[in-house]
Amino acid sequence: MSEMMIEIRGVCKSFGRLQVLRDVDLTVERSQVVCLIGPSGSGKSTLLRCVNFLETYDSGEILIGGKLIGYRDDPGGRRPMASGELRGMRREIGMVFQHFNLWPHMSALQNVAEPLLRVRGLTASAADERARAVLKRVGLADKAASYPGRLSGGQQQRVAIARALAMQPRLMLFDEPTSALDPELVGEVLEVMRSLAAEGMTMLIVTHEMGFAAHVADRIAFIDAGRIIEKGPPRQVFHESAEPRVRQFLQTYHDRNSF
Amino acid sequence: MSFEVLWRYAPALVGGFGVTVLCWSLGAVIGLTFGLAIALLGRLELAPLRWLLRACVETIRGTPFLVQLFLLYAGGPFIGLKLSATAAGILGLGAYSSAYFSEIFRAGFASVPEGQSEAAISVGMRPVDIFWRIRLPIALVATLPAIVNMLVILSKETVVLSIITVPELMYQMQTMAAETFTAFDAIFAMAIFYWLLVEAVSRLGRRLEARLTAFMSGEARPA
Repeated sequence: MSEMMIEIRGVCKSFGRLQVLRDVDLTVERSQVVCLIGPSGSGKSTLLRCVNFLETYDSGEILIGGKLIGYRDDPGGRRPMASGELRGMRREIGMVFQHFNLWPHMSALQNVAEPLLRVRGLTASAADERARAVLKRVGLADKAASYPGRLSGGQQQRVAIARALAMQPRLMLFDEPTSALDPELVGEVLEVMRSLAAEGMTMLIVTHEMGFAAHVADRIAFIDAGRIIEKGPPRQVFHESAEPRVRQFLQTYHDRNSF
Repeated sequence: MSFEVLWRYAPALVGGFGVTVLCWSLGAVIGLTFGLAIALLGRLELAPLRWLLRACVETIRGTPFLVQLFLLYAGGPFIGLKLSATAAGILGLGAYSSAYFSEIFRAGFASVPEGQSEAAISVGMRPVDIFWRIRLPIALVATLPAIVNMLVILSKETVVLSIITVPELMYQMQTMAAETFTAFDAIFAMAIFYWLLVEAVSRLGRRLEARLTAFMSGEARPA
């Protein structure tokens, strides 16, 4: 049996009165790529952010490599996890954001090396060496000294991927990684993600890039109004879904690509 | 214009200028330190503390510096706070500017995008590292022009210290004017001294700013 990297079971979450996640179940096995798709405001990003506990969830459980994240279930009830333990779990989970979130006062190299110094406790020279290697891996060896303000959106996002990757995480989360990019620059980011998938990185990706999802994902989950209403291999979700909401959503995608 | 008088009083004037610079710089250090502390404490989820800090800041901002200084120096002994004129002046400048600096820092921290902290949280950085390595530097760069501006204002507020007999530049000038009936010369000389001081502070600020913001658009210098 293959190893489970992410197990989401019965997760619910509300912002005040608004219920954003309703009884969500989803699993990601080691080396699998799972894409979350669905309309805006459906809860995709919230679900993703619950996986590394940037967002809390109200009930249900999320296990990373078999371990509950964010909470400790004691006989007396559920308590928040100790902050040190939570940080320990987070450093094994890479995250890439829609707006890159690079640190503007640090060069590309420093952005990648900083977590290695502060979190992994590497020496300056070891961090520098690893950071350069990972920047090379995303095709930005020559941009090591550049500050984010001097990089294109695509380059910034590749630095952000390098920053997450340098930590050598067991899995990676992507929150609409190409949504803030010019169409021209989307390809270079997707190319890096595709090569990560080919190397066997476990990935959970929120995306509107249907073509990428169809070709790279092992499985697709469709979320609507906080509920997963369809999941399965791309072929099944894209072409054989019986759910009217899924068919309707994907119709616009098919229409756009038919001319 | 009597250069002879100015020459005769030069040692006192230069000494006064020194006291002015001393009061200004120490007052600024106190103000910056406490301003930062107030801004940080105000972020804690402690309503009574926040309310108290707010009240202090508003009181200081709502009353003239002259009144605060006089209360501190003349009223201090009644609550057991006996200070020399210079010490009271430095402390007064510190307290006064801390209110303004705290507002500058508050705005600075509020301007740091949440995403940059989230990126640090997501790699497992500790809160203390996130503060010192990420939030504080970004906030400082954003607030540097406002900080320099406040430092310039503060350098000129030092003239108020003369009313509690701190032997700073204004005090020495007034002494000279009273003893030699050269009010115009005194005002003229004082303008030049303060202009020099403000110019030095602004230049330093611009240099610092250029250096700190260069990275936002430029390349790192080769190590």
